[in-house]
Amino acid sequence: MGRYVARRLLQMIPVFLGSTFLIFMMMYVLPGDPVRALMGEQAYDPTVVENIRHDLGLDRPWWWQYGHYLGGLFQGDFGTEIASKREVADIIADAFPVTIRLTLFAFVFMVVVGIGLGVVAGLRPDSVRDRGLLTLTLVLISMPSFVLGYLMQYIFAFQLQMITPTVQDSESFGDLFLPAIVLGSLSLAYVARLTRTSMAENLRADYMRTAVAKGLPRRRVVGVHLMRNSLIPVVTFLGTDIGNLMTGAIVTEGIFNVQGVGNAIFEALTRREGATVVGIASLIVIVYLFTSLLVDLLYAVLDPRIRYA
Amino acid sequence: MPEKTADKVELPEATGAASEATAPEAGTPASAKARSLWSDAWHDLRRNPLFLISAVLIVLLIVMAAAPSLFTSASPRDADLAKHYLQPPNWGHFFAPDWFGYDGQGRSIYARVIYGARASILVGVGVTLAVTVLGTLVGMVAGYFGGLVDTLLSRVTDIFMGIPYLLGALVILTTFAERKVWVVILAMAFLGWTTIARVARGAVVTIKQADYVVAAKALGASTTRVLLRHILPNALAPIIVVATIALGGYIAAEATLSFLGVGLAEPTVSWGVDVSAGRQQLRNAPYVLIVPSVMVSVTVLSFLMFGDAVRNALDPKLR
Amino acid sequence: MTIIDKPADVPAPRPDTDSGTPLLEVRDLHVEFKTRDGVAKAVNGVNYTVSAGETLAVLGESGSGKSVTAQAIMGILDMPPGRIPKGEILFRGEDMLKMSEEERRKIRGRKIAMIFQDALSSLNPVLSVGYQLGEMFRVHLGLSKKDAKARAIELMDRVKIPAAAARVGDYPHQFSGGMRQRIMIAMALALEPDLIIADEPTTALDVTVQAQVMDLLAELQREYNMGLILITHDLGVVADVADKIAVMYAGRIVETAPVHELYKRPAHPYTRGLLDSIPRLDQKGQELYAIKGLPPNLTRIPSGCAFNPRCPKAQDICRTEVPALSLVTEQDGTELPGRGSACHFWKETIHG
Repeated sequence: MGRYVARRLLQMIPVFLGSTFLIFMMMYVLPGDPVRALMGEQAYDPTVVENIRHDLGLDRPWWWQYGHYLGGLFQGDFGTEIASKREVADIIADAFPVTIRLTLFAFVFMVVVGIGLGVVAGLRPDSVRDRGLLTLTLVLISMPSFVLGYLMQYIFAFQLQMITPTVQDSESFGDLFLPAIVLGSLSLAYVARLTRTSMAENLRADYMRTAVAKGLPRRRVVGVHLMRNSLIPVVTFLGTDIGNLMTGAIVTEGIFNVQGVGNAIFEALTRREGATVVGIASLIVIVYLFTSLLVDLLYAVLDPRIRYA
Repeated sequence: MPEKTADKVELPEATGAASEATAPEAGTPASAKARSLWSDAWHDLRRNPLFLISAVLIVLLIVMAAAPSLFTSASPRDADLAKHYLQPPNWGHFFAPDWFGYDGQGRSIYARVIYGARASILVGVGVTLAVTVLGTLVGMVAGYFGGLVDTLLSRVTDIFMGIPYLLGALVILTTFAERKVWVVILAMAFLGWTTIARVARGAVVTIKQADYVVAAKALGASTTRVLLRHILPNALAPIIVVATIALGGYIAAEATLSFLGVGLAEPTVSWGVDVSAGRQQLRNAPYVLIVPSVMVSVTVLSFLMFGDAVRNALDPKLR
Repeated sequence: MTIIDKPADVPAPRPDTDSGTPLLEVRDLHVEFKTRDGVAKAVNGVNYTVSAGETLAVLGESGSGKSVTAQAIMGILDMPPGRIPKGEILFRGEDMLKMSEEERRKIRGRKIAMIFQDALSSLNPVLSVGYQLGEMFRVHLGLSKKDAKARAIELMDRVKIPAAAARVGDYPHQFSGGMRQRIMIAMALALEPDLIIADEPTTALDVTVQAQVMDLLAELQREYNMGLILITHDLGVVADVADKIAVMYAGRIVETAPVHELYKRPAHPYTRGLLDSIPRLDQKGQELYAIKGLPPNLTRIPSGCAFNPRCPKAQDICRTEVPALSLVTEQDGTELPGRGSACHFWKETIHG
């Protein structure tokens, strides 16, 4: 197991470098110029622009820029925004905790409600409640989060006046409630469907028949024998989905004006602040890579048939 | 290492198949009729109301995309500022320009959602075709040749999978000043081919060990022939299932990107753009936002139901 | 811990066994399934009895209803789509079909246990064998986790699994096929049930291992004086182990007989066909006999005798009238105890 983890960690390095490199290239090599964006519409002196570009290293070849950036990154230096002169590390330190809180909130919501609904439906495949749940989740999946977000905002803020349309305090759990539900709802639908399918499939497994033939009480047959097997794919999905939740936050944070990573990255994109975008993206990639490693390890714990050497 | 992941993915499948084989004998009376996978699937689909409903909706959407003028005489770009926001929907005026009211610039919302279908369908179908071709190609080559080629392609797939989809699309698309439909398609396909590649690779790895492939190779069939005549047709079912379900997702993604202001942009008529514009007056004129939102959802739902039905019909394990 | 170490030569006297009531009696059992193509009549009026210490072999092709009958006895039929429209299953004189679900659960595993065909899929893949064995003690006897584990090790020893203490934490996929089937047997045996139903216990195993597993099963059955219902399609397995045989076809018992008599003188053309299709050394070089045709579709069982389309001796009456299971006698009318045949022409078959 130790060797497997070590090997996986080693394999992560090229994937991490590759992903960040791709994002870096998209930011720096494709057209669009942060310095020009800094100057705005006003007339500018080409030599001034050239000087700034030179100072920032923007006139160097891409590989130099990427190497320079990585070098800084390994020393914990995420770089500095060109326009605001703010440390990217500061921006991240401000925004990340908010997004992590929102993501965790959404995660807990989707796990509890998603698995709960899935179990309720999966225990009686093809029953009315099962079909009802499948339809409901299908509707949820087909609603892009901005649709659901505005629908919720319209109903709860404008019609029922229960909340303010946008989040006032991004630190408050109460304020994050609605954004978290909107953020988690798509994954919730997937979790519910996956749980349901997995349970319905395992319900027909031979070992379930054995468990009944052993004279075990139903709650034990379901709670131990069925759940233990059915939740394996669900856990896998949950792990890989954390990364998706964090990017999904871009939309949700925009709708509800949550001051998290999504907002930060969106602002940075419009100002073409490469360092901020690549910095945040790198962090999300790291979260994604580590959660998928964690899922694989968890998978081995949950399913003894999987052996890593 | 790639072999390991393959094991991991296939194991649950294998046990599933085993339990299928020992199902209670009386439940499955020997059926003399030999049905092929596809004809059996078609037999199922014809009787599935969800499939029929979604198929009808999809046909309707395609007609809408191809010939929007069949549905409305109004133009989606004719702005009459006198009508802006002040004209709420006349829910009784079926198919009339004012059926769903007018938007902030006094344009017929009904006409705009009809004309908006084209962009959504084009992007959805375009991206799906592109990722299917690219993903199948990569997956087949990786799965069939194995070894170094597989390791390399699998690593590249990992790298692309490591980039969060929405984030990647945002980064790419903000660099384009003018975002035509094909730009959006290419950007989305560039990031999206990995799922199909993995599915195709998994299917090919399994099929390559099948006796009929070994036999074909032993009889001296060329690599191209083995790949195209023996492996591809048998790997197609899972690929098609994933692709149909993904189609709905791409339409939702296009709408999301357009909504965020980095997807399609005016003057292209797009539901996402209209939703984005509608949020200014959500409190007083919610229909400006809700009507295109509903169109997006119904379209995505149609393709999802369609894909779901196809999957259920093609996957004997779920019967 | 004395349960396992009970001296093998003294069969434990079981209550009720002398009182005349058989351990298990199946009366006119019917089972049907709703399928895509209509109602499949899997079991159509089966009767049989098993006493303590007795082995009944139920023989038949797949689809003959032998497993479904067993599942009905265990109460593990999938209902729906399954349904029991008619019949009684008496365990020690009490109809189990009338019992509450909770009463039946208490019988399952404790009084009646079952051994399944495919041990790999029948054991839970993600729980250790020690846990799965110990579960019997924890649920039925309320033992602690620790005691249950100790008992599980004893059980594994009992079914001759080497290094039981070391392997108790292993998972099903880590055992060989024969060892897995021993674990299945151990699980069935855990609470020393009165009756064990073994559904094709050796079909999935290598021939050499088959004999070992059958011997073990027979040995343990003798030792605990249990009733055993052995479901199989393999006539070879049956001969050494069973006391009596019931041959099933299309959901009915077509012939019953003490084991050796059946081999000597079958009283039903179907049984004869089965016996003739066993390869024999003294007929080397000749074409092997095979019953022509296929087992009937259970949604459309032929009228009259279900076997008539495949029967070499079928007459008009076979196509119209269902033959009842009638007593089989010698030519002079002396009764042959335990023998019955559901053939209009049993006399010709056995004596002709």
